[in-house]
Amino acid sequence: MSALLQDRRAVLLLGLLAILALAPLAAGDYMLSILITVLLQAYLGMSWNVMMGFAGQFSLGHALYVGLGAYAGGALFVHYGTPPWIGAFAGMAVSAAAGAVIGTLGFRFKVMGVYFALLTIAFAEFTRVLFDHWGWVGASSGLFLPPAPNNSPDNLWLLRGSTTMFYYVILGMTAGAFWFCRALLMRRIGYYWQAIREDQDAADALGIDVFRNKMIAVLISASMTSLGGMFLAFFNNNLYPESIFSMHRSIELMLGTIIGGIGTLFGPILGAVVLTALGEGLTILGAHIGIDGVKQIAYGICLMLILVLKPGGLWPWLRKLLRLEGDGR
Amino acid sequence: MNTAAPMPLPPMLVVENLGKSFRGLRAVNAVAFTVPRGDIVALIGPNGAGKTTTFNLIAGALPPSDGKVVLDGEDVTGLGQAAICRAGVGRTFQIVKPFAGLTVEENVMVGALRHDNGDVEKARAASRAILDLLELGDRAKDPAQTLTLPDRKRLEVAKALATRPKLLLLDEVMAGLRPVECDRMVAILTGLNRETGLTILLIEHVMRAVMALSHHVVVLHHGEKIAEGTPAEVTSHPKVLECYLGEDHE
Repeated sequence: MSALLQDRRAVLLLGLLAILALAPLAAGDYMLSILITVLLQAYLGMSWNVMMGFAGQFSLGHALYVGLGAYAGGALFVHYGTPPWIGAFAGMAVSAAAGAVIGTLGFRFKVMGVYFALLTIAFAEFTRVLFDHWGWVGASSGLFLPPAPNNSPDNLWLLRGSTTMFYYVILGMTAGAFWFCRALLMRRIGYYWQAIREDQDAADALGIDVFRNKMIAVLISASMTSLGGMFLAFFNNNLYPESIFSMHRSIELMLGTIIGGIGTLFGPILGAVVLTALGEGLTILGAHIGIDGVKQIAYGICLMLILVLKPGGLWPWLRKLLRLEGDGR
Repeated sequence: MNTAAPMPLPPMLVVENLGKSFRGLRAVNAVAFTVPRGDIVALIGPNGAGKTTTFNLIAGALPPSDGKVVLDGEDVTGLGQAAICRAGVGRTFQIVKPFAGLTVEENVMVGALRHDNGDVEKARAASRAILDLLELGDRAKDPAQTLTLPDRKRLEVAKALATRPKLLLLDEVMAGLRPVECDRMVAILTGLNRETGLTILLIEHVMRAVMALSHHVVVLHHGEKIAEGTPAEVTSHPKVLECYLGEDHE
């Protein structure tokens, strides 16, 4: 414990976790739902970061995995009453399979960089079209999850309950994802991924099985993302293909990580906080000024400013400012 | 290495009739040579002689159009770079390829992680030992992108050594080094060769290093082998003088 306390990063992290764990005591439902948005954004950002930040493989179609996870969990629950935590396995399996197809196509046929990103968009888009016409999942008119009866107790197993319950679920998932990413990065595979990200040819020359390690990154990233999708389905209670599989979601999902710092552990969390705070702050400001669109313009300008001033993201800069020891991540 | 083996061990590397065509261009043609176990062999020749291509064929970065590469008695022709590395060939790149965003220590760890079941701390210790050997120990925690070119060349050697190769392929690691640094590198490589029996095949333009290091020299010109022998033999070989200095050098 004393060794842990000497690590200022660990202290900061535990402090943050404690504050977040106690937040429902002070925050109302509105504030909690904002925090849920932040945590979900951070969770999804971390999932995307495994593939892009660690292994250097650019996916611009992560909405695909969000959607597959959301629909697998949601549809199984609606049709068979399957508990979401069981449905999540189905979602993860389907997402991993989709990732395997995309990864195999991309990596075997040497589709790299931007072209690989285009491939990921294509899969997300045609899956969206498919779901738009698939009656079993409600097609384009959407899938609706039956809400819990009023004043019924929280049911964690079926994920039916209060905002507070959802808050703790996503807090747990985000903390778990953070721990998981950290463990990955500190192991052999983490070093292999970073080597592949920095120079694939040099990694190959050191005997690393590049294809296999990139595939593992895709499978892990896709599975993690789909679990986030499951959460989204049960929190929102409604699913529309055009929104869940949208390009807009894919971009939103990675924006926090880009702002926070690609390839870093804490970047996705910081980025999610900054983006949501910025969004909420500008909404309030926009309401005071009373001109439509001010929010969007200001939001865009702020993002551009951050990226121009801190191209590596906010976290590497903040980390230096706070003098947190570390080895580059 | 000298156990009471009933059979003599095969040579470390045998290259037979090696050839590579890029569309119409014949870059390497019918090259054959042997690198005996525990020797240091140099591959020399003018620019464009096909030295780096030959290296890439041996290391598996390129598939040969024809011929065979036999490593330690095992045919590794066309296996691919990663598999040939796992078979025991460590290589450096002429145009250095550091993992720029990682620290110097981590760069070398990546090579070492294939051993000891991927134990990160053991890989770190191995990395430190190799970096100390190559006099990069004090740069261990710096990002690789901050290294100067001579240091990057040393890092290339360190990364290749971390994979624990039987055969080390060095592609112009002396280029850009000052004479003193060059002599240090020669001393390090000779030491490694003497103490661990590491077999080394190197491409080198710095003749000072070639003369000091190699037991045997192979000369390539226009993709073909024109001479081989001891450093002294090769440097006085008429064909070698001709290709370096032109026909009317006398």
